[in-house]
Amino acid sequence: MSSTVKIPVPTLNKEISVSTGLFINNEFVPSVDSAEVIQCFNPATEQVIASVVAGSSKDIDVAVAAARLAFKTTWGKNVTGWERSRLMNKLADLIERDKQELAELETLNNGKPVAVARDFDIGDSIQCLRYYAGWADKITGQTIEVDNKSKMAFTRHEPIGVCGQIIPWNYPINMWAWKVAPALAVGCTIVMKPSEITPLTALKLSELVVEAGFPPGVINTVPSLGSVGGAALAAHNDVDKIAFTGSTITGRKIMEAAAKSNLKKVSLELGGKSPQLIFESADLQQAAAWAALGICYNTGQDCTAGSRIYVQDSVYDKFIDVLVSTVKETVIGDGFDNNTGGGPLISKAQFDRVWGYIDAGKAEGAKVVLGGERRNTKGYFVDPTIFTDVDSSMKIVKEEIFGPVLSIGRFKTEEEAVALANNTTYGLGAGLHSTDASQCMRVSGLLEAGTVWVNQYNILSNNVPFGGKKQSGIGRELGSYALEEYTSVKAVHWNIGEKLQWPLSF
Amino acid sequence: MPETFKVELDTPAYKGSVSCNTGLFINGKFVDAVEGGTIDVINPSTGKLLTKVAAATSKDVDIAVAAAKKAYKTSWGLKVPGAQRGELLMKLATLLEANIDEFAALECLNVGKPWSESRGFDMKLTLQTLKYYAGWADKVHGHTIETNEQKLAYTRHEPYGVVGQIIPWNYPLTMVSWKIGPALATGNVVVLKPSEITPLTALKFASLVQEAGFPPGASLESNVSPSGATAGTAISMHPDIRKIAFTGSTLTGRKIQEASAKSNLKVVTLELGGKSPNIIFDDADLDQAVKWAAIGIFSNSGQVCTAGSRIYVQEGIYDAFIKAFSEAAAGLNTKTGDPFSEGTIHGPVVSQTQFDRVMSHIDAAKAEGAIPFIGGERHSLTEGFFVKPTIFTNCTPDMKIVQEEVFGPVAAVVKFKTEDEAIEMANDTNYGLACAVFTENVSRAVRVSNALEAGMAWVNCNITTEYNVPFGGYKQSGYGRELGAYAIDTYTQVKAVHINVGLKI
Repeated sequence: MSSTVKIPVPTLNKEISVSTGLFINNEFVPSVDSAEVIQCFNPATEQVIASVVAGSSKDIDVAVAAARLAFKTTWGKNVTGWERSRLMNKLADLIERDKQELAELETLNNGKPVAVARDFDIGDSIQCLRYYAGWADKITGQTIEVDNKSKMAFTRHEPIGVCGQIIPWNYPINMWAWKVAPALAVGCTIVMKPSEITPLTALKLSELVVEAGFPPGVINTVPSLGSVGGAALAAHNDVDKIAFTGSTITGRKIMEAAAKSNLKKVSLELGGKSPQLIFESADLQQAAAWAALGICYNTGQDCTAGSRIYVQDSVYDKFIDVLVSTVKETVIGDGFDNNTGGGPLISKAQFDRVWGYIDAGKAEGAKVVLGGERRNTKGYFVDPTIFTDVDSSMKIVKEEIFGPVLSIGRFKTEEEAVALANNTTYGLGAGLHSTDASQCMRVSGLLEAGTVWVNQYNILSNNVPFGGKKQSGIGRELGSYALEEYTSVKAVHWNIGEKLQWPLSF
Repeated sequence: MPETFKVELDTPAYKGSVSCNTGLFINGKFVDAVEGGTIDVINPSTGKLLTKVAAATSKDVDIAVAAAKKAYKTSWGLKVPGAQRGELLMKLATLLEANIDEFAALECLNVGKPWSESRGFDMKLTLQTLKYYAGWADKVHGHTIETNEQKLAYTRHEPYGVVGQIIPWNYPLTMVSWKIGPALATGNVVVLKPSEITPLTALKFASLVQEAGFPPGASLESNVSPSGATAGTAISMHPDIRKIAFTGSTLTGRKIQEASAKSNLKVVTLELGGKSPNIIFDDADLDQAVKWAAIGIFSNSGQVCTAGSRIYVQEGIYDAFIKAFSEAAAGLNTKTGDPFSEGTIHGPVVSQTQFDRVMSHIDAAKAEGAIPFIGGERHSLTEGFFVKPTIFTNCTPDMKIVQEEVFGPVAAVVKFKTEDEAIEMANDTNYGLACAVFTENVSRAVRVSNALEAGMAWVNCNITTEYNVPFGGYKQSGYGRELGAYAIDTYTQVKAVHINVGLKI
């Protein structure tokens, strides 16, 4: 079964149509060997809104073969950077044209507010595509002087080939753009496995891929269970590189599968337990606002969520007051309600998980200063919850919760703060708030995180790299750095004058 | 209020109207010149007047620079994020794309180049260049540099501010894109002086700048008086212009550099003349070498700074080459004419002055004993400035025709024996813009292109410029690079920042 489904949007009295097959070779097709489907839910209503074809590992084979053929014939080195740039810019224009409808579809399946989906998620995605479109004809290697009489040496930065890309459900469209853009820019072809929870916008975007004019096989989209399609991609012998964003647990499996199959190149963007440090010289009002953003944005479902905060003793009480009153203003609700600042959690599983942590926090003796109460309504809504009086041994301090749950600790000295912040196997993001410039420099140097924010939090830019240290990941997305993830270097040594004698004389 | 030039065309190549404003474009508007002078703009295919445009003097340059300076401080420069600058440049490119045929037609009218060149080459390269630099705008990176733990050291690649740009008449619109593309992408504001001979497409382009929504003052253009000297001098001497980029003759390039030294030491980049050698070895693919040699010296009627105007042919292949090459030239001669006519692939030179100059080089060559194997005279078309594709043989290195830039469809062919001899003769010039090598032996190709003193080398091809590969000369052909990533360096200056992070003395 591959067909178009029309998804009703009740509050807007309209329908959005989505092709529900597997997108391979610019067509929507059924699975070659499976009748499985994936049900997609609206997390605000807990209702099924659509079913899509669930790809099997054989379908992954078909998609990879299509991507390989395209790489050999119509993409890869067969297409100029200029042409890649043109197509990517066209795709960006089409997404911009359809951004309202794409936002509504994102909200239906993910729950985030429509305006946020449209202006932030999709707005950033359009800019991301345009940014990388601009790189497509600027991929350069080096010419290197070895010996002008006998050798010409140079490097070529070649596209790595067929790339498997596995993306999560928290920013479906935005994560799609982050993955697709640099890969396309340098000439790779793609088999994309969107999250089985949120495959709909990836399928809708695939329609635009056709309209933009990409050759068949350049981008393929195979919704599938992670354990099926994702595992198949990671283990596939004809996939040259896999890029994964998701949990650390799954990241390990991907890396293992890559090692056991063809040693494909791996990049991972995994979990985090990112700390923010509030020093006594900080502008407390601002720090509280950034802290609120850090844990409430996207209802805390953000890999860089600022889920641990450490406050210097001298300003602790004051900060807690300001923070609580700031976070209290957050409105969690239905994404189609204009007053909503954040939507529900994505699924029942996540909802139970987050509540498990909240209950654990209470059980381990942390103090609830905001939230911590269940709603008795439909929808996976969790209100922002703040724990104080925490210590490093607590689950809520050590483990990634992925919900609007914040743990707050305290410190006396800068050294103590840095130690608390770095006391984690994660290393994705970190923030510090201080008006002491030397302290800002010192502490940002000491924090073990791939992104450090000073007097800010969670604001990214398409041209600044993003990724984790330690067990938060390997490799970088965004900026020029992402290009390295999708290119592989060939060094060419061209003899222009050396005549060899064998055996060698010494 | 400046008038609009408009003409209706009904030709095989283009049907429709062609128009542009005839004023100066300053601070986002078209205005009259302060001193009210005008310049006659001639159609080189007919020798007749097309229109008059406003002639700028130093007074207008002062107004333009003041506006540019203000824009730089308030609404451009680093006040506008790169992504936004890129978006505006992309908008400009898109507007050009939507009107590309009309621009091509206007270029044909003003320059005389055939439709196939104007539409097929100039316009394409212009679009590519604009879009390419739009993509650079948010990618101008400096470096962070490890020194010690008590210091944060980094560089910023900042724009200069107000930059002056003076461009020539051989590729008018393309030269606009080469100059303003990297300048605007990196955050500079521009005072651009198009050639007084070919101002029309630059003026039309200014109306797109207006339409695209650039802040007034960010990208300005001013025309120049008939002598070229007034506004050009004003720009090169201006104390508020921080950098000047010039493409044109070596003679004028010297004046620009001198003016910079005498005024505010503004940073200078120059793209000047050339007398580029084209070396054809015995083992070249003869058929291909002939075709590329023709492209190298007859494209744009030889009015190309990188023209392969000295052709060195190894003796083993010499006779066969001359025969085939002159046949190619003869073929071009039969396809000479009006740019819009079907089949035209050879046009006039751009002006009476250029025509006279080219003809005097031809006469001097004959006087010195070079043999006009083909051509060497005016075309039979009496209207317009048409010179026949010309090949001189029996040339020796000391002849003027071998040493001096003609800037017309005139090739000087010299015979050589050995590779070393060819390299020595090729390098025996004060110029160093480009060179070409034809051989099927890859080691020789690399060896010879390494040995030639030129900013650009073509192997088994000629004058094929790519918008993302750097362009510029050695020796007296100029310094600084355009195109590619290198142009980004040309339009930025480096500030090194040292931040003390804890050293107490």
